[in-house]
Amino acid sequence: MLDKVDDYVFEVPIGHQKGMRVPGRIFISEKLLEQVEAGTIDQVANVATLPGIVKYSMAMPDAHLGYGFPIGGVAAFREDGGVISPGGVGFDINCGVRMLRTDLRAKEVVPMISNLVEDLFHDVPSGVGAKGRLRVSEHELDEAFTRGAAWAVEAGFGVEEDLEHCEENGQLEGANPDHVSLKAKKRGRPQLGTLGSGNHFLEIQRVDKIFDEDLAKRFGLFEGQITVMIHCGSRGAGHQICTDHLQVLSKAVRKYGIELPDKQLACAPLGTPEADNYFGAMAAAANYAWANRQIISAWTREVFERYFHDAKLDLVYDVAHNVAKIEEHTVDGVRERLYVHRKGATRAFGPGRPEIPTAYRDVGQPVIIPGSMGTPSYVLCGSEGAMRLTFGSACHGAGRIMSRTQAKKTYAGTEVKDVLTRRGIKVMATHPKMLAEEAPEVYKPSDEVVDVVHNLDIARKVARVVPLGVSKG
Amino acid sequence: MEPFTYLEHTADVKFLAHGRSLEETFENAALATFNAMIDSSTVRDEETWPIEIESESLESLLYEWLSELLYLFEVELAVFSKFEVTLAEGEEGWRLNGQIGGERVDPERHFFETEVKAVTLHQFEIRKEEGEEGGEEIWTAQVVLDV
Repeated sequence: MLDKVDDYVFEVPIGHQKGMRVPGRIFISEKLLEQVEAGTIDQVANVATLPGIVKYSMAMPDAHLGYGFPIGGVAAFREDGGVISPGGVGFDINCGVRMLRTDLRAKEVVPMISNLVEDLFHDVPSGVGAKGRLRVSEHELDEAFTRGAAWAVEAGFGVEEDLEHCEENGQLEGANPDHVSLKAKKRGRPQLGTLGSGNHFLEIQRVDKIFDEDLAKRFGLFEGQITVMIHCGSRGAGHQICTDHLQVLSKAVRKYGIELPDKQLACAPLGTPEADNYFGAMAAAANYAWANRQIISAWTREVFERYFHDAKLDLVYDVAHNVAKIEEHTVDGVRERLYVHRKGATRAFGPGRPEIPTAYRDVGQPVIIPGSMGTPSYVLCGSEGAMRLTFGSACHGAGRIMSRTQAKKTYAGTEVKDVLTRRGIKVMATHPKMLAEEAPEVYKPSDEVVDVVHNLDIARKVARVVPLGVSKG
Repeated sequence: MEPFTYLEHTADVKFLAHGRSLEETFENAALATFNAMIDSSTVRDEETWPIEIESESLESLLYEWLSELLYLFEVELAVFSKFEVTLAEGEEGWRLNGQIGGERVDPERHFFETEVKAVTLHQFEIRKEEGEEGGEEIWTAQVVLDV
């Protein structure tokens, strides 16, 4: 059914699904491919039917079944004749990860780990429907939607240098709060500065392995170092923005006569009011998410300073893994402006791209791949292969292999917590029930996923980090 | 007839809600949505919220109904376990009138197993199955929730 093009490259041929305009490409090892459901391959094929899609409908090695695009899906669309679709972004717009490096070593931090995790759990609100510690005005909320992390820094959360180390400087251009509904604003206001729940987490980690000394040095990482990872998104504001615009775009599909194999792929031709309005609102949600991660970083720094007075927590980088963006790429030797959708995929720009902060520009951007709870996370460096093969994209995580229902049947939350405690990982969650569906075993081993992108030179392995303490919703 | 059944889906929650009428199907779909997050038997029926929705098609009405419930859950910080709706088809489309019963979230008693982020349109459908000869008709709604 799939054609092997090369080691780690499999093609979904035109004809797999009626109306495919381009083939699909899955970047994966044979071993990982065995775990990919047939439905995921169908979803790759579905995306290939969208108007104006360029080259291939792609999936990263962590690909699994989603709604609309598969998780791990990447697709780029021409400005002229292409579309934009919330099916390629998802409800948790700009769900993403950031990593802070400290100047602390594991041996100093391990004795304090319980205090740190308890304080982080207390100071960074999490859980279903959690309200933040912040009380922002309507005007401040609009500022967060428009200016993202830049607003947060101005409001006292973090420092100027943080912005330089965020994808898009933490502020996606073109955000328009006028297309954010009152409902989305009502959900967004009390939740700014909250982690959420599900697979979102705040983790204290130790760098346990360096793969590339030079790149690690460039990213400020060394063995035995303590790092902090924050994984969260745009909360209810993002969910509502996607919900609202999905309905508008469903109507646009009929209006513009687009045929779709899946209603979640609702979209509008670029340049139409429906497409413009969705982009403006989606960018607003992306900015909200950057402001959110910025605020959480500031509180994380406060907690560390409580125990280590001169602790320095510098942002390594912040990446988005659910977003659509306008980027320039070379397609068959010609420079083109494209709308790149990444749904559960991370931008992984190689050396020289102007979007990368000056400190990293000549080597490539840091690509941060979170593990699941209790398993290692990776830092990689965007490389040439990504620019050649995947519109500058890499995987975003480990990829689920067991459903939540199955996970809950197999693991009890308390059991998961005990196992992690025995392995020396301090976990705090609103309720143990939440832990069962995120048990480490429900994900693919992240090292196999990361090895694929490394071997394709999409992103090179730099460092591996292991969890010491986790705060979850 | 089971009110709802959950189907296997790797990353999200997929369910079928059934009813002998459209109203019952809408009510059971709401129950399936909330039961994915929290054991409905732990939710008391202490307060009611009225709901009114107009939409151009039956499908979009179901989508808006379930999305509205998730919106109310977040802004009211309340969980629901009782759903009563009446549906009517007019010239402009469909109309839903109803009320939902539940209570404000109490962290001491309400333990969430997951968070439903949103209702997706992936494989979203409402269908009517004619019963056996002389039997009643059964409606089924298929929904995938993003969690």
